[in-house]
Formats: sequence, C-alpha cells, structure tokens
Amino acid sequence: MNLDALFAPFHYDFMQRAFVAALCVGLLCSAMGTYVILRKLSFIGDGIAHASFAGIVIAYLRGIDYYVGAAIVAVVTAVGIGFVHRRGKISLDTTIGVLFTGTFALGVFLMSRQRSYAVDLQSFLFGDILSVQRGDLWLVLGLSVAIALAVIVLFRPLLYTSFDPVVAQASGIRAGVVEYALLVMLALTIIVSLQSVGIILVAALLVTPAAAAYQLTSRFAPMMWLSAAFGAFCTVGGLYLSYYLRSSSGATIVLLATALFFVTLGIKWLRAVLARSRPLAAR
Amino acid sequence: MNAVEVRDVVVRYDDFTALDDVSFDLREGEAIGIVGPNGSGKSTLLKTIAGLLVPADGAVAVFGQGPRALAPGSIAYVPQVEAVDWSFPATVRDVVSMGRFPRLSPWQVFGKSDRAAVQAALEAVHMDALADRHIANLSGGQQQRAFVARAIAQQPRLLLLDEPTTGVDHATEEALRTVVRSLVAGGLPVLMTTHDLDRVDAWFDRLLVLDRRVLALGTPHDVAESGAYASIREHTHVHGHMRHDR
Repeated sequence: MNLDALFAPFHYDFMQRAFVAALCVGLLCSAMGTYVILRKLSFIGDGIAHASFAGIVIAYLRGIDYYVGAAIVAVVTAVGIGFVHRRGKISLDTTIGVLFTGTFALGVFLMSRQRSYAVDLQSFLFGDILSVQRGDLWLVLGLSVAIALAVIVLFRPLLYTSFDPVVAQASGIRAGVVEYALLVMLALTIIVSLQSVGIILVAALLVTPAAAAYQLTSRFAPMMWLSAAFGAFCTVGGLYLSYYLRSSSGATIVLLATALFFVTLGIKWLRAVLARSRPLAAR
Repeated sequence: MNAVEVRDVVVRYDDFTALDDVSFDLREGEAIGIVGPNGSGKSTLLKTIAGLLVPADGAVAVFGQGPRALAPGSIAYVPQVEAVDWSFPATVRDVVSMGRFPRLSPWQVFGKSDRAAVQAALEAVHMDALADRHIANLSGGQQQRAFVARAIAQQPRLLLLDEPTTGVDHATEEALRTVVRSLVAGGLPVLMTTHDLDRVDAWFDRLLVLDRRVLALGTPHDVAESGAYASIREHTHVHGHMRHDR
C-alpha cells in the first residue's frame, strides 16, 4: 500500500467533515465521560439519547430542525431526571429508567401513527457520520466549545461534588445547581454526538474511554486527559478503519473503544502481577 | 455577635422528631462538645447548622445569617462516616486541596497561598509524609485526618466535627486535639460531637448534653457535677461505641 492509499479517506470533502466531527465527538464525550464514570451515571447516556428520539420525531412531524427538537427534549428530560430524583427522593437509576423509556415510547408512538415510514429517522438510531453537512459541523463545533467552557468554569465544583457532594454543599458549593448543569451539559454532549454515532451507541462513548482511562490513572485530571485522548483515538481511528472495512462507522468506533478498554484492563492486571512479583525478585 | 445561634429548632425525619426545641449559642473562640446517647440527634444538629437540613421549626443563624446565605467557604463540616468512593482518582493532597475550592472563583488559579494552606493543613494533622498517597491506601485514622486537614485548609469561620475521634488511635486523637485547640485559641468556633466522655475537659470549653432536647449546657466540670450525663455515661459503657447515629 503506498502513502496515497493511506491518505485516501482524507481526499473527500464529506470524509474531512466526518473526521472533524469524529474528533470533536470523541474529545467531548470521553471528557464528559469522566464525570459519568465517577458519578456512576453510566445509565444516563443511554437514557438521554433514547429520550431525544421523541424530539427527533416531533421535529420531523413539525418540519423543524432535528437538532433543535432533539436538544429541547434531551435537556428537558435531563432536567426532569434531576428534578424527580431530588424532589421525589427516588434513586437516579429508577428515575432515568422511568423517564427515558417513557420519552422513547412517545417517539415510537408518534412515529407509528405516521402512514409513511420515516426512513431517515434510522440514521439517528445508528448514526450517519458521512452525511455531516457544513452546517452540522458548525453546530458540533459551537456546542463543543460551549461545553468545554462550561467544564472549565465548573471544573472545581464538579470535581468536589463528584467526590463528596455532602461536604461540598456544607462548604457553600451549590451541589444542586452543579448537578443540573452537569445534566444539561451531558444532554447537549449527546445531541452533538447523535449524528455521528447514533442513539444506540452514544452511551458507549460516554462510558468506555473514561472507563479505560480509569484503569491506568489514579488522579482526576490525568484521567480526564487520557480519556479525551482515548476518545479521540477511537472515533478518528474507528472512522478511518470503517472506510477500509466498509463497515458502519458508529459500530466500528464503539468496537475499537471496547477493544481499547480490554487492553487497558490487561495492562492494569499486568501491572498488578509485576508489582506483586517485585518483592520476590528482590529477595 | 455569637458565631452560632440555635433557637427553638425542631427537625423531623418524616414522623420521627430528631431534634425538639433545641436552643443554644456558640461564641467565637469557643469549642462546645456535644454528647448524648445513640440516636440523640447529635449528627442531625451538626447537619442543620451546616445548612444540610432545614429545621421544621425554629431558626439557625451562623454569624447572623442563615447557613445557606453565608459566603462560600464559611462552614467546614467533617461528617462522622465519609460516604465517599475510596477508589476515586485522588491523592491525599488532592482531597485536602478541595478545601480551597469553595473560595476560588472559576478563573482564579490555584495559587501559592492555596498550596501553602494545603501544606500547613497536612502538617497540622501529621499527614504531610502521606500527601501523595492514593486515598484508597490509607488506614481509617489516616482517612479521618485527611478529611480534618481538608476542613482546616478551607480556613473556615466555623468548624463542625462529627465524632472525629471514633476509631482513631490515641496518638491521632492527641494530634487532632492539639490542632483543634490551637484553632480555637486563634478564635475559631468549633462544634464537635463525641462519645468519649473521659477526655471532655481537655477538648472543650463547654459541653452540651443532647437527647433530642438539650439536657444540660455548661463547663464539663459543671455538667459532670449536675449528673446530667450520668445516664449517658452508663449508656455509653453498656453499648460501647455509639456509631452510625444520625
């Protein structure tokens, strides 16, 4: 294979757009994934993504932009999850389970009442990164920058409340406000990722790279950086591989991330074994 | 102005009344020890003063304001049982550094004075040698000291400690007592719950005997004389350590 063939995917405009979108989604999802893992919110990516389906269907029926519909329903669901969880004193798991199935069912219900079958809704279920248009790209870039800024502004309160919410609140940090902000940030992250990886697979990007980074680091900031690097590697690498394998880009990205997770798990085990054998060697 | 004013406070958990008509004042530069049997509302009282619980009746004022209205960083609270995830990616120094977070605005860098406060807090509880250890690799007493260090690094105006001496060895307890007494001597008001009635003279200026209501309040000597905690002492000895009360 010569060098030209290696760079073949980058020759097409639509592939260039796809790579930029993949890079943004990879960095964003996996950086936010650090909070998802440490706050044990793995279920929430799934929940909000499924909920957004209702928004997409409503937007489709009303003839408005899919993103706008998805974003509104995702943010409302995310805030609703926070509200029911806090006010109803119901566990986050249960709240997400109830609300996300409800909103997803609403989407299916609305779609089923349509006589004409909406084929293009499929692309939201499994993602269609190759169809990312110039306008979509600006949206992805804009929201990515906004969420990254929010992470910077809320970095310390998010870290403190992730570790010890009760003491953080006693010390004057508004843990409730921080939690709502995080839920909204997660909802927007998922919206940004929908076109690239789809509703079904976006949860993997919120969990797997951060889980892989968690195996190799013991401090928060390195975990976040490593997770972002893993995420970018998986989305860009997965998209690249899918070009040659002629496979679904979303699925290839997620499979690469899954493989990476098991590699990091292996490295962690190996480290533990080496650490245990060291005293023996010293004897 | 008193540091803390608690007036006719009633706190309920559903149907259960945890605190009933509790009133007392804490002055600046004073340490009050809260003693009482299991389930007497000691932890509930601290949480209410910290603003984590809202009284059903009555009022709490900290430096003349409601606890939630104070500037961030004013109250430092060390809970009895830290319900944190010990596998969280953080070293001892990372945890103690969190004590500085409430004061820092989003754009402020974690500066030289913050690092100095963290280092001083670590040294005060003799944890500086373990500063770079992951929190999962600490003993119970070391974990307790790390959380006290975080509260000290916060440089609060009010310190609330919930049974910080439970499960720690004598040397650790002495280290904690020295730190707390020096903070009190510097003017910091401290409220602390304890089950150890033998050392209250050395720890506290006044003692509050609580059993959902205030049974007695005075110097450790006066309270002992009054016999107000004779029943509690018995209770303590019968039931051993009083842990996990709310």
